[in-house]
Amino acid sequence: MSSNGIAKTGKPDLSVEIAGVTFKNPVMTASGTFGSGMEYSEFVDLNRLGAVVTKGVANVPWEGNPTPRVAEVYGGMLNAIGLQNPGIDVFIERDLAFLTQFDTKVIVNVCGHTEEEYLEVVERLADQPADMLEINVSCPNVKQGAIQFGQDPKCLSEITEKIKRIAKQPVIMKLTPNVTDIAEMARAAEAGGADAISLINTITGMKIDIEKRRFVLANKTGGLSGPAIKPVAVRMVWQAAQAVKIPIIGMGGIASAEDAVEFMLAGATAVAVGAMNFHDPCLTVKVIDGIGQYLTRHSIAAAKELTGAVL
Amino acid sequence: MKKKTTMTVTDIRFLAEGICSMTLKYPENAAPEEVRPGQFAGLYPNDPSKLLPRPISICRFDPEKKELRFVFRTAGAGTLSLAAQKTGDTVDMLGLLGNGYDIEKLAGKRVLLLGGGIGIPPMLELAAALFKEPGTDVTAAMGYRDRDMFLTEELRRYARLLIATEDGSAGTKGNVLDAVRANAVEADVVCACGPMPMLRAVKRFAREAGIPAYLSLEERMACGVGACLGCVTKTAKVDGHSHVRNARICTEGPVFDAEEVEIG
Repeated sequence: MSSNGIAKTGKPDLSVEIAGVTFKNPVMTASGTFGSGMEYSEFVDLNRLGAVVTKGVANVPWEGNPTPRVAEVYGGMLNAIGLQNPGIDVFIERDLAFLTQFDTKVIVNVCGHTEEEYLEVVERLADQPADMLEINVSCPNVKQGAIQFGQDPKCLSEITEKIKRIAKQPVIMKLTPNVTDIAEMARAAEAGGADAISLINTITGMKIDIEKRRFVLANKTGGLSGPAIKPVAVRMVWQAAQAVKIPIIGMGGIASAEDAVEFMLAGATAVAVGAMNFHDPCLTVKVIDGIGQYLTRHSIAAAKELTGAVL
Repeated sequence: MKKKTTMTVTDIRFLAEGICSMTLKYPENAAPEEVRPGQFAGLYPNDPSKLLPRPISICRFDPEKKELRFVFRTAGAGTLSLAAQKTGDTVDMLGLLGNGYDIEKLAGKRVLLLGGGIGIPPMLELAAALFKEPGTDVTAAMGYRDRDMFLTEELRRYARLLIATEDGSAGTKGNVLDAVRANAVEADVVCACGPMPMLRAVKRFAREAGIPAYLSLEERMACGVGACLGCVTKTAKVDGHSHVRNARICTEGPVFDAEEVEIG
Protein backbone atom coordinates (compact mmCIF):
# COMPACT_ATOMS: atom_id res chain seq x y z
CA MET A 1 0.00 0.00 0.00
CA SER A 2 1.30 3.40 -0.91
CA SER A 3 1.37 6.31 1.41
CA ASN A 4 2.45 9.85 0.81
CA GLY A 5 1.79 11.33 4.19
CA ILE A 6 -1.17 13.50 3.14
CA ALA A 7 -3.45 11.47 5.34
CA LYS A 8 -1.41 12.49 8.36
CA THR A 9 -2.33 16.13 7.95
CA GLY A 10 -5.75 16.16 6.34
CA LYS A 11 -8.82 14.04 5.91
CA PRO A 12 -8.35 11.20 3.45
CA ASP A 13 -9.94 11.63 0.03
CA LEU A 14 -12.84 9.19 -0.13
CA SER A 15 -13.91 10.00 -3.67
CA VAL A 16 -13.78 7.44 -6.45
CA GLU A 17 -14.48 7.62 -10.14
CA ILE A 18 -16.31 5.17 -12.35
CA ALA A 19 -16.79 5.79 -16.07
CA GLY A 20 -16.33 9.54 -15.70
CA VAL A 21 -18.78 9.80 -12.79
CA THR A 22 -17.26 11.00 -9.51
CA PHE A 23 -18.71 9.57 -6.32
CA LYS A 24 -18.04 11.40 -3.04
CA ASN A 25 -17.20 8.07 -1.44
CA PRO A 26 -17.15 4.44 -2.54
CA VAL A 27 -20.24 3.35 -0.60
CA MET A 28 -23.48 2.62 -2.41
CA THR A 29 -26.63 0.72 -1.58
CA ALA A 30 -27.17 -2.66 -3.19
CA SER A 31 -30.18 -2.80 -5.45
CA GLY A 32 -33.31 -4.20 -3.84
CA THR A 33 -32.19 -3.62 -0.27
CA PHE A 34 -32.81 0.11 -0.06
CA GLY A 35 -36.00 0.69 -2.05
CA SER A 36 -35.57 3.99 -3.82
CA GLY A 37 -34.04 5.55 -0.74
CA MET A 38 -37.31 6.97 0.53
CA GLU A 39 -37.93 4.32 3.17
CA TYR A 40 -34.43 4.64 4.61
CA SER A 41 -34.21 8.42 4.38
CA GLU A 42 -35.47 8.60 7.97
CA PHE A 43 -32.42 6.60 9.06
CA VAL A 44 -29.72 7.75 6.65
CA ASP A 45 -28.86 11.22 5.39
CA LEU A 46 -28.87 10.25 1.73
CA ASN A 47 -26.53 13.15 1.03
CA ARG A 48 -23.81 11.15 2.74
CA LEU A 49 -23.94 8.22 0.33
CA GLY A 50 -21.68 7.66 -2.65
CA ALA A 51 -24.74 6.58 -4.56
CA VAL A 52 -28.21 5.23 -4.12
CA VAL A 53 -28.74 2.19 -6.32
CA THR A 54 -32.47 1.79 -6.73
CA LYS A 55 -34.54 -1.36 -6.68
CA GLY A 56 -34.91 -2.91 -10.13
CA VAL A 57 -37.43 -1.21 -12.37
CA ALA A 58 -39.11 -2.71 -15.42
CA ASN A 59 -41.10 -1.22 -18.29
CA VAL A 60 -44.40 -2.00 -16.55
CA PRO A 61 -45.35 -2.79 -12.93
CA TRP A 62 -44.39 -6.29 -11.76
CA GLU A 63 -46.31 -8.14 -9.08
CA GLY A 64 -43.44 -10.30 -7.95
CA ASN A 65 -43.67 -13.74 -6.38
CA PRO A 66 -46.17 -15.16 -3.88
CA THR A 67 -45.29 -15.02 -0.16
CA PRO A 68 -43.37 -16.14 1.85
CA ARG A 69 -40.72 -14.21 -0.03
CA VAL A 70 -38.00 -14.06 2.62
CA ALA A 71 -36.39 -16.45 5.06
CA GLU A 72 -33.49 -16.16 7.42
CA VAL A 73 -30.59 -18.61 7.34
CA TYR A 74 -27.37 -18.83 9.31
CA GLY A 75 -25.47 -15.60 8.71
CA GLY A 76 -27.72 -14.53 5.89
CA MET A 77 -31.13 -14.52 4.32
CA LEU A 78 -32.94 -15.87 1.31
CA ASN A 79 -35.23 -13.76 -0.80
CA ALA A 80 -37.50 -14.45 -3.70
CA ILE A 81 -39.27 -11.13 -4.06
CA GLY A 82 -39.50 -11.55 -7.81
CA LEU A 83 -38.66 -7.92 -8.55
CA GLN A 84 -41.98 -6.40 -7.58
CA ASN A 85 -41.77 -2.83 -8.87
CA PRO A 86 -44.08 -0.01 -9.94
CA GLY A 87 -42.81 0.22 -13.51
CA ILE A 88 -40.78 2.97 -15.12
CA ASP A 89 -43.52 5.65 -15.29
CA VAL A 90 -44.22 5.76 -11.56
CA PHE A 91 -40.53 5.29 -10.87
CA ILE A 92 -39.59 8.39 -12.86
CA GLU A 93 -42.42 10.49 -11.48
CA ARG A 94 -42.06 9.55 -7.86
CA ASP A 95 -38.81 7.77 -7.00
CA LEU A 96 -36.38 9.49 -9.32
CA ALA A 97 -37.94 12.88 -8.54
CA PHE A 98 -37.47 12.15 -4.84
CA LEU A 99 -33.83 11.19 -5.27
CA THR A 100 -32.88 14.29 -7.24
CA GLN A 101 -33.40 16.32 -4.05
CA PHE A 102 -30.24 14.81 -2.62
CA ASP A 103 -26.60 15.45 -3.30
CA THR A 104 -25.79 11.84 -4.12
CA LYS A 105 -25.39 9.92 -7.35
CA VAL A 106 -28.34 7.90 -8.56
CA ILE A 107 -27.83 4.54 -10.21
CA VAL A 108 -31.00 3.05 -11.63
CA ASN A 109 -31.21 -0.72 -11.63
CA VAL A 110 -33.01 -1.99 -14.72
CA CYS A 111 -34.76 -5.34 -15.05
CA GLY A 112 -36.73 -7.11 -17.73
CA HIS A 113 -37.87 -10.50 -18.99
CA THR A 114 -36.82 -9.92 -22.57
CA GLU A 115 -34.27 -7.86 -24.43
CA GLU A 116 -37.04 -5.52 -25.59
CA GLU A 117 -38.16 -4.87 -22.03
CA TYR A 118 -34.66 -3.93 -20.90
CA LEU A 119 -34.20 -1.67 -23.90
CA GLU A 120 -37.51 0.05 -23.33
CA VAL A 121 -36.54 1.01 -19.78
CA VAL A 122 -33.07 2.15 -20.83
CA GLU A 123 -34.62 4.29 -23.53
CA ARG A 124 -37.14 5.85 -21.14
CA LEU A 125 -34.30 6.78 -18.80
CA ALA A 126 -32.28 8.52 -21.54
CA ASP A 127 -33.41 12.04 -20.65
CA GLN A 128 -33.83 11.38 -16.94
CA PRO A 129 -31.62 12.51 -14.05
CA ALA A 130 -29.92 9.14 -13.52
CA ASP A 131 -26.14 9.14 -13.26
CA MET A 132 -25.65 5.53 -14.25
CA LEU A 133 -27.64 2.43 -15.11
CA GLU A 134 -27.12 -0.95 -13.55
CA ILE A 135 -28.51 -3.78 -15.61
CA ASN A 136 -29.85 -6.70 -13.62
CA VAL A 137 -29.24 -9.66 -15.89
CA SER A 138 -28.77 -11.87 -12.90
CA CYS A 139 -31.81 -12.10 -10.68
CA PRO A 140 -32.12 -15.74 -9.64
CA ASN A 141 -35.83 -15.40 -8.96
CA VAL A 142 -36.93 -14.21 -12.37
CA LYS A 143 -36.33 -16.27 -15.46
CA GLN A 144 -37.47 -16.27 -19.00
CA GLY A 145 -36.65 -19.56 -20.62
CA ALA A 146 -34.13 -21.90 -19.11
CA ILE A 147 -31.32 -19.52 -18.41
CA GLN A 148 -30.73 -15.96 -17.34
CA PHE A 149 -29.02 -13.56 -19.70
CA GLY A 150 -26.23 -13.35 -17.19
CA GLN A 151 -25.41 -17.05 -17.28
CA ASP A 152 -24.38 -17.26 -20.90
CA PRO A 153 -21.37 -15.21 -22.03
CA LYS A 154 -22.66 -14.77 -25.57
CA CYS A 155 -26.09 -13.57 -24.39
CA LEU A 156 -24.48 -11.30 -21.83
CA SER A 157 -22.16 -9.74 -24.37
CA GLU A 158 -24.99 -9.23 -26.87
CA ILE A 159 -27.42 -7.62 -24.48
CA THR A 160 -24.68 -5.37 -23.14
CA GLU A 161 -23.91 -4.24 -26.67
CA LYS A 162 -27.56 -3.50 -27.45
CA ILE A 163 -28.04 -1.56 -24.25
CA LYS A 164 -24.85 0.40 -24.77
CA ARG A 165 -26.05 1.41 -28.23
CA ILE A 166 -29.03 3.31 -26.82
CA ALA A 167 -28.03 4.16 -23.25
CA LYS A 168 -27.29 7.80 -22.53
CA GLN A 169 -25.73 6.98 -19.17
CA PRO A 170 -22.73 4.76 -18.38
CA VAL A 171 -23.79 1.14 -18.01
CA ILE A 172 -22.94 -1.26 -15.19
CA MET A 173 -23.69 -4.91 -15.82
CA LYS A 174 -24.58 -6.74 -12.61
CA LEU A 175 -23.20 -10.24 -12.65
CA THR A 176 -24.59 -13.39 -11.11
CA PRO A 177 -22.37 -15.67 -9.07
CA ASN A 178 -24.39 -18.65 -10.26
CA VAL A 179 -21.90 -19.47 -13.02
CA THR A 180 -18.89 -21.72 -13.38
CA ASP A 181 -16.43 -19.03 -14.40
CA ILE A 182 -17.04 -15.47 -13.24
CA ALA A 183 -13.98 -14.19 -15.12
CA GLU A 184 -15.52 -15.29 -18.41
CA MET A 185 -18.72 -13.39 -17.58
CA ALA A 186 -16.76 -10.30 -16.61
CA ARG A 187 -14.89 -10.44 -19.92
CA ALA A 188 -18.16 -10.92 -21.81
CA ALA A 189 -19.62 -7.78 -20.24
CA GLU A 190 -16.47 -5.83 -21.01
CA ALA A 191 -16.44 -7.12 -24.59
CA GLY A 192 -20.04 -5.93 -24.97
CA GLY A 193 -18.94 -2.44 -24.00
CA ALA A 194 -19.97 -2.29 -20.34
CA ASP A 195 -18.53 0.71 -18.52
CA ALA A 196 -18.36 -1.21 -15.26
CA ILE A 197 -19.51 -4.43 -13.65
CA SER A 198 -21.05 -5.04 -10.26
CA LEU A 199 -20.94 -8.32 -8.41
CA ILE A 200 -22.15 -10.42 -6.83
CA ASN A 201 -25.89 -10.77 -7.07
CA THR A 202 -27.35 -13.38 -4.71
CA ILE A 203 -26.39 -17.05 -4.73
CA THR A 204 -29.30 -19.40 -5.37
CA GLY A 205 -30.26 -21.20 -2.20
CA MET A 206 -33.06 -23.07 -0.49
CA LYS A 207 -34.52 -23.65 2.95
CA ILE A 208 -36.84 -26.46 3.98
CA ASP A 209 -39.07 -26.50 7.05
CA ILE A 210 -38.45 -30.03 8.30
CA GLU A 211 -41.40 -30.01 10.70
CA LYS A 212 -43.92 -29.07 8.03
CA ARG A 213 -41.89 -30.79 5.28
CA ARG A 214 -42.35 -27.77 3.07
CA PHE A 215 -40.16 -25.27 1.29
CA VAL A 216 -39.99 -22.10 3.34
CA LEU A 217 -40.17 -19.83 0.30
CA ALA A 218 -43.21 -19.98 -1.95
CA ASN A 219 -40.76 -19.82 -4.86
CA LYS A 220 -38.88 -22.82 -3.37
CA THR A 221 -35.51 -21.32 -4.27
CA GLY A 222 -34.29 -17.85 -3.37
CA GLY A 223 -31.22 -15.67 -3.49
CA LEU A 224 -28.82 -15.96 -0.57
CA SER A 225 -27.33 -12.73 0.72
CA GLY A 226 -25.70 -11.47 3.89
CA PRO A 227 -22.36 -12.15 5.60
CA ALA A 228 -22.60 -15.86 4.71
CA ILE A 229 -21.75 -15.06 1.07
CA LYS A 230 -18.96 -12.55 1.64
CA PRO A 231 -15.96 -14.85 1.08
CA VAL A 232 -17.46 -16.04 -2.21
CA ALA A 233 -18.08 -12.45 -3.27
CA VAL A 234 -14.57 -11.30 -2.37
CA ARG A 235 -13.09 -14.20 -4.32
CA MET A 236 -15.23 -13.43 -7.37
CA VAL A 237 -14.39 -9.72 -7.28
CA TRP A 238 -10.72 -10.67 -7.17
CA GLN A 239 -11.12 -13.05 -10.13
CA ALA A 240 -13.07 -10.50 -12.14
CA ALA A 241 -10.53 -7.80 -11.34
CA GLN A 242 -7.82 -9.87 -12.93
CA ALA A 243 -9.92 -10.53 -16.01
CA VAL A 244 -11.06 -7.01 -16.97
CA LYS A 245 -9.89 -3.40 -17.01
CA ILE A 246 -13.30 -1.79 -16.36
CA PRO A 247 -14.12 -0.76 -12.78
CA ILE A 248 -15.84 -3.13 -10.42
CA ILE A 249 -18.48 -2.41 -7.78
CA GLY A 250 -18.14 -5.11 -5.14
CA MET A 251 -20.92 -6.40 -2.93
CA GLY A 252 -22.03 -9.44 -1.00
CA GLY A 253 -22.53 -9.48 2.74
CA ILE A 254 -20.79 -6.24 3.63
CA ALA A 255 -21.42 -5.61 7.32
CA SER A 256 -18.64 -3.19 8.22
CA ALA A 257 -16.01 -0.82 6.91
CA GLU A 258 -13.48 -3.64 7.22
CA ASP A 259 -15.58 -5.74 4.86
CA ALA A 260 -15.77 -2.84 2.41
CA VAL A 261 -11.98 -2.38 2.51
CA GLU A 262 -11.56 -6.10 1.84
CA PHE A 263 -13.62 -5.81 -1.34
CA MET A 264 -11.60 -2.81 -2.47
CA LEU A 265 -8.31 -4.55 -1.83
CA ALA A 266 -9.62 -7.44 -3.92
CA GLY A 267 -10.16 -5.08 -6.82
CA ALA A 268 -13.38 -3.14 -6.31
CA THR A 269 -13.46 0.60 -7.02
CA ALA A 270 -16.65 0.99 -5.03
CA VAL A 271 -18.81 -1.20 -2.83
CA ALA A 272 -22.48 -1.67 -2.04
CA VAL A 273 -24.14 -2.47 1.29
CA GLY A 274 -27.06 -4.86 0.85
CA ALA A 275 -28.87 -7.23 3.19
CA MET A 276 -27.13 -5.80 6.23
CA ASN A 277 -29.14 -2.60 5.82
CA PHE A 278 -31.90 -4.74 7.31
CA HIS A 279 -29.74 -5.49 10.32
CA ASP A 280 -28.79 -1.88 10.82
CA PRO A 281 -30.59 0.77 8.78
CA CYS A 282 -27.76 3.21 9.54
CA LEU A 283 -25.00 0.87 8.34
CA THR A 284 -24.06 2.68 5.12
CA VAL A 285 -22.95 5.80 6.98
CA LYS A 286 -20.99 3.73 9.50
CA VAL A 287 -19.17 2.02 6.62
CA ILE A 288 -18.31 5.39 5.05
CA ASP A 289 -16.96 6.76 8.33
CA GLY A 290 -15.09 3.53 9.01
CA ILE A 291 -13.34 3.59 5.64
CA GLY A 292 -12.13 7.09 6.43
CA GLN A 293 -10.82 5.91 9.78
CA TYR A 294 -9.07 2.95 8.17
CA LEU A 295 -7.36 5.24 5.67
CA THR A 296 -6.24 7.58 8.42
CA ARG A 297 -5.00 4.71 10.57
CA HIS A 298 -2.95 3.38 7.66
CA SER A 299 -1.83 6.82 6.47
CA ILE A 300 -3.41 6.30 3.07
CA ALA A 301 -4.32 9.54 1.32
CA ALA A 302 -7.16 8.34 -0.86
CA ALA A 303 -9.70 5.53 -0.95
CA LYS A 304 -8.90 4.84 -4.58
CA GLU A 305 -5.47 3.65 -3.54
CA LEU A 306 -7.12 0.61 -1.99
CA THR A 307 -8.49 -0.72 -5.25
CA GLY A 308 -6.73 -3.93 -6.17
CA ALA A 309 -3.91 -3.27 -3.74
CA VAL A 310 -3.47 -6.96 -2.97
CA LEU A 311 -3.52 -8.18 -6.57
CA MET B 1 -32.28 10.77 11.96
CA LYS B 2 -33.88 7.63 13.37
CA LYS B 3 -31.83 4.65 14.48
CA LYS B 4 -32.17 1.42 16.37
CA THR B 5 -32.94 1.90 20.06
CA THR B 6 -31.00 -0.07 22.63
CA MET B 7 -33.61 -1.18 25.14
CA THR B 8 -33.02 -2.80 28.51
CA VAL B 9 -34.90 -5.88 29.70
CA THR B 10 -36.73 -5.07 32.95
CA ASP B 11 -38.90 -8.17 33.13
CA ILE B 12 -38.86 -11.47 31.28
CA ARG B 13 -40.86 -14.61 31.99
CA PHE B 14 -42.94 -17.31 30.39
CA LEU B 15 -46.72 -16.91 30.71
CA ALA B 16 -47.61 -20.27 29.20
CA GLU B 17 -45.80 -22.98 27.31
CA GLY B 18 -43.79 -21.30 24.56
CA ILE B 19 -45.27 -17.86 25.32
CA CYS B 20 -42.69 -15.36 26.55
CA SER B 21 -43.40 -11.94 28.04
CA MET B 22 -40.55 -9.44 27.77
CA THR B 23 -40.67 -5.87 29.02
CA LEU B 24 -38.15 -3.46 27.55
CA LYS B 25 -37.28 -0.05 28.91
CA TYR B 26 -36.24 2.87 26.74
CA PRO B 27 -32.91 4.57 27.50
CA GLU B 28 -33.08 7.32 30.13
CA ASN B 29 -32.77 10.17 27.64
CA ALA B 30 -35.24 8.75 25.11
CA ALA B 31 -38.61 10.28 24.38
CA PRO B 32 -40.71 7.23 23.49
CA GLU B 33 -43.07 7.54 20.55
CA GLU B 34 -46.77 7.30 21.38
CA VAL B 35 -47.95 3.77 20.57
CA ARG B 36 -50.91 3.14 18.29
CA PRO B 37 -52.36 -0.24 19.31
CA GLY B 38 -51.58 -2.82 16.63
CA GLN B 39 -48.14 -1.40 15.92
CA PHE B 40 -45.09 -3.60 16.24
CA ALA B 41 -41.36 -3.30 16.62
CA GLY B 42 -38.44 -5.20 15.17
CA LEU B 43 -36.48 -6.92 17.92
CA TYR B 44 -32.96 -8.07 17.11
CA PRO B 45 -31.77 -11.34 18.67
CA ASN B 46 -28.37 -10.97 20.36
CA ASP B 47 -26.88 -13.56 18.03
CA PRO B 48 -24.55 -12.55 15.20
CA SER B 49 -25.80 -15.39 13.01
CA LYS B 50 -29.23 -13.70 12.95
CA LEU B 51 -29.50 -10.62 10.79
CA LEU B 52 -33.15 -9.78 10.76
CA PRO B 53 -35.33 -8.05 13.30
CA ARG B 54 -38.23 -10.16 14.60
CA PRO B 55 -41.51 -8.33 14.02
CA ILE B 56 -43.33 -8.51 17.36
CA SER B 57 -46.52 -6.69 18.19
CA ILE B 58 -46.72 -4.33 21.12
CA CYS B 59 -48.72 -5.83 23.95
CA ARG B 60 -48.55 -2.87 26.30
CA PHE B 61 -46.98 0.56 26.49
CA ASP B 62 -46.32 2.31 29.78
CA PRO B 63 -45.40 5.93 29.03
CA GLU B 64 -44.69 6.66 32.71
CA LYS B 65 -42.13 3.90 33.07
CA LYS B 66 -41.04 4.27 29.43
CA GLU B 67 -41.57 0.56 28.91
CA LEU B 68 -42.87 -1.58 26.10
CA ARG B 69 -44.14 -5.05 26.77
CA PHE B 70 -43.94 -7.77 24.14
CA VAL B 71 -45.54 -11.18 24.39
CA PHE B 72 -44.37 -13.58 21.73
CA ARG B 73 -44.24 -17.24 20.86
CA THR B 74 -40.83 -18.90 20.79
CA ALA B 75 -41.29 -20.15 17.27
CA GLY B 76 -37.69 -20.54 16.16
CA ALA B 77 -34.06 -19.91 17.02
CA GLY B 78 -34.42 -16.11 16.90
CA THR B 79 -37.36 -15.82 19.28
CA LEU B 80 -35.79 -18.49 21.53
CA SER B 81 -32.68 -16.37 21.74
CA LEU B 82 -34.79 -13.32 22.64
CA ALA B 83 -36.58 -15.35 25.31
CA ALA B 84 -33.22 -16.34 26.79
CA GLN B 85 -32.35 -12.73 27.66
CA LYS B 86 -32.13 -11.84 31.33
CA THR B 87 -33.24 -8.79 33.26
CA GLY B 88 -30.64 -6.08 32.67
CA ASP B 89 -29.65 -7.38 29.21
CA THR B 90 -30.05 -5.07 26.25
CA VAL B 91 -32.07 -5.71 23.11
CA ASP B 92 -31.82 -3.58 19.99
CA MET B 93 -35.16 -2.45 18.66
CA LEU B 94 -36.25 -1.04 15.32
CA GLY B 95 -39.39 1.01 15.37
CA LEU B 96 -42.21 1.49 16.31
CA LEU B 97 -43.35 0.12 12.97
CA GLY B 98 -46.63 -0.18 11.09
CA ASN B 99 -49.91 1.68 11.11
CA GLY B 100 -51.89 0.27 14.03
CA TYR B 101 -55.65 0.44 14.60
CA ASP B 102 -57.50 3.67 13.98
CA ILE B 103 -59.08 4.38 17.37
CA GLU B 104 -61.34 7.04 15.87
CA LYS B 105 -63.12 4.39 13.83
CA LEU B 106 -63.77 2.36 16.98
CA ALA B 107 -64.52 4.94 19.66
CA GLY B 108 -68.10 5.06 20.93
CA LYS B 109 -68.99 1.73 19.30
CA ARG B 110 -69.59 -1.84 20.34
CA VAL B 111 -66.19 -3.25 19.49
CA LEU B 112 -65.46 -6.95 19.26
CA LEU B 113 -61.80 -7.85 19.70
CA LEU B 114 -60.79 -11.26 18.45
CA GLY B 115 -57.41 -12.77 19.18
CA GLY B 116 -56.16 -16.21 18.31
CA GLY B 117 -53.05 -17.63 19.96
CA ILE B 118 -50.15 -15.27 19.53
CA GLY B 119 -52.60 -12.79 17.98
CA ILE B 120 -53.88 -12.11 21.50
CA PRO B 121 -51.11 -9.80 22.84
CA PRO B 122 -51.77 -6.74 20.61
CA MET B 123 -55.45 -6.93 21.64
CA LEU B 124 -54.48 -5.99 25.18
CA GLU B 125 -53.05 -2.62 24.18
CA LEU B 126 -56.08 -2.06 21.95
CA ALA B 127 -58.51 -2.98 24.74
CA ALA B 128 -56.70 -0.60 27.10
CA ALA B 129 -56.86 2.23 24.55
CA LEU B 130 -60.58 1.68 23.92
CA PHE B 131 -61.25 1.52 27.67
CA LYS B 132 -60.39 5.24 27.79
CA GLU B 133 -62.87 6.08 25.02
CA PRO B 134 -66.25 7.13 26.42
CA GLY B 135 -69.25 5.12 25.31
CA THR B 136 -67.13 2.33 23.90
CA ASP B 137 -68.26 -1.19 24.76
CA VAL B 138 -65.52 -3.76 24.32
CA THR B 139 -65.97 -7.52 24.18
CA ALA B 140 -62.81 -9.54 23.74
CA ALA B 141 -63.03 -13.14 22.55
CA MET B 142 -59.70 -14.87 22.84
CA GLY B 143 -58.85 -18.27 21.47
CA TYR B 144 -56.34 -20.59 23.12
CA ARG B 145 -55.22 -24.11 22.43
CA ASP B 146 -56.14 -25.24 25.95
CA ARG B 147 -56.44 -23.97 29.54
CA ASP B 148 -52.74 -22.98 29.50
CA MET B 149 -53.84 -19.40 28.88
CA PHE B 150 -52.14 -16.00 29.11
CA LEU B 151 -53.08 -12.30 29.54
CA THR B 152 -56.62 -13.16 30.62
CA GLU B 153 -56.39 -11.20 33.87
CA GLU B 154 -55.10 -8.09 32.13
CA LEU B 155 -57.73 -8.31 29.40
CA ARG B 156 -60.51 -8.51 32.00
CA ARG B 157 -59.46 -5.09 33.31
CA TYR B 158 -60.48 -3.45 30.05
CA ALA B 159 -63.05 -5.69 28.39
CA ARG B 160 -65.72 -8.30 28.82
CA LEU B 161 -63.68 -11.43 28.18
CA LEU B 162 -64.90 -14.54 26.39
CA ILE B 163 -62.64 -17.54 26.05
CA ALA B 164 -62.50 -20.30 23.50
CA THR B 165 -60.21 -23.30 23.70
CA GLU B 166 -59.62 -25.90 21.02
CA ASP B 167 -59.94 -28.73 23.50
CA GLY B 168 -62.78 -27.22 25.50
CA SER B 169 -60.77 -27.21 28.73
CA ALA B 170 -61.80 -23.58 29.33
CA GLY B 171 -64.57 -21.38 27.94
CA THR B 172 -66.35 -22.37 24.76
CA LYS B 173 -64.97 -25.41 22.97
CA GLY B 174 -63.91 -24.33 19.53
CA ASN B 175 -62.64 -21.08 18.06
CA VAL B 176 -63.25 -17.43 18.89
CA LEU B 177 -66.24 -17.21 16.58
CA ASP B 178 -67.82 -20.17 18.33
CA ALA B 179 -67.44 -18.22 21.57
CA VAL B 180 -68.97 -15.12 19.98
CA ARG B 181 -71.97 -17.09 18.72
CA ALA B 182 -72.43 -19.02 21.96
CA ASN B 183 -72.64 -15.73 23.82
CA ALA B 184 -74.77 -13.98 21.17
CA VAL B 185 -72.39 -11.02 21.08
CA GLU B 186 -73.56 -8.06 19.06
CA ALA B 187 -70.99 -5.67 17.68
CA ASP B 188 -70.65 -2.68 15.38
CA VAL B 189 -67.08 -3.41 14.39
CA VAL B 190 -64.52 -6.21 14.68
CA CYS B 191 -60.75 -6.09 15.21
CA ALA B 192 -58.86 -9.33 14.83
CA CYS B 193 -55.37 -10.74 15.00
CA GLY B 194 -54.52 -14.39 14.66
CA PRO B 195 -53.73 -17.18 12.24
CA MET B 196 -54.83 -16.82 8.62
CA PRO B 197 -57.71 -19.39 8.77
CA MET B 198 -59.16 -17.43 11.68
CA LEU B 199 -58.82 -14.12 9.84
CA ARG B 200 -60.57 -15.57 6.80
CA ALA B 201 -63.43 -16.73 9.02
CA VAL B 202 -63.57 -13.31 10.71
CA LYS B 203 -63.80 -11.62 7.33
CA ARG B 204 -66.76 -13.83 6.37
CA PHE B 205 -68.35 -13.30 9.78
CA ALA B 206 -68.12 -9.51 9.51
CA ARG B 207 -69.42 -9.53 5.96
CA GLU B 208 -72.45 -11.59 6.99
CA ALA B 209 -73.04 -9.29 9.96
CA GLY B 210 -72.65 -6.26 7.69
CA ILE B 211 -70.03 -4.66 9.92
CA PRO B 212 -66.49 -3.52 9.24
CA ALA B 213 -63.56 -5.70 10.27
CA TYR B 214 -59.98 -4.61 10.77
CA LEU B 215 -57.46 -7.42 10.50
CA SER B 216 -53.89 -7.43 11.66
CA LEU B 217 -51.85 -9.51 9.23
CA GLU B 218 -48.59 -11.34 9.69
CA GLU B 219 -45.96 -12.33 7.15
CA ARG B 220 -42.27 -13.15 7.12
CA MET B 221 -40.49 -9.82 7.10
CA ALA B 222 -36.99 -8.64 6.40
CA CYS B 223 -36.45 -4.87 6.54
CA GLY B 224 -39.60 -3.85 8.43
CA VAL B 225 -39.59 -0.39 6.87
CA GLY B 226 -41.11 -0.98 3.44
CA ALA B 227 -37.93 -1.22 1.39
CA CYS B 228 -37.52 -4.91 0.60
CA LEU B 229 -41.10 -5.79 -0.41
CA GLY B 230 -40.80 -9.11 1.40
CA CYS B 231 -44.03 -8.97 3.40
CA VAL B 232 -46.85 -8.19 1.02
CA THR B 233 -50.52 -9.09 1.03
CA LYS B 234 -52.79 -9.27 -1.98
CA THR B 235 -55.12 -6.31 -2.10
CA ALA B 236 -58.46 -5.74 -3.80
CA LYS B 237 -57.27 -2.54 -5.43
CA VAL B 238 -53.96 -1.42 -6.90
CA ASP B 239 -51.58 -0.56 -4.06
CA GLY B 240 -50.04 2.87 -3.62
CA HIS B 241 -46.43 1.74 -3.66
CA SER B 242 -45.82 -0.71 -6.50
CA HIS B 243 -49.07 -0.07 -8.35
CA VAL B 244 -49.82 -3.77 -8.52
CA ARG B 245 -52.07 -5.38 -5.93
CA ASN B 246 -49.58 -6.03 -3.18
CA ALA B 247 -49.58 -3.84 -0.08
CA ARG B 248 -46.62 -3.95 2.28
CA ILE B 249 -47.76 -5.41 5.60
CA CYS B 250 -44.95 -3.67 7.51
CA THR B 251 -45.78 -0.23 6.18
CA GLU B 252 -49.34 -0.02 4.85
CA GLY B 253 -50.31 -2.54 7.55
CA PRO B 254 -50.21 -4.62 9.59
CA VAL B 255 -53.84 -3.52 10.15
CA PHE B 256 -56.05 -3.57 7.08
CA ASP B 257 -59.75 -3.17 6.43
CA ALA B 258 -60.81 -6.74 5.68
CA GLU B 259 -62.44 -5.66 2.44
CA GLU B 260 -59.16 -4.18 1.20
CA VAL B 261 -57.19 -7.40 1.38
CA GLU B 262 -57.61 -10.62 -0.56
CA ILE B 263 -56.78 -13.28 1.94
CA GLY B 264 -58.71 -16.04 0.18
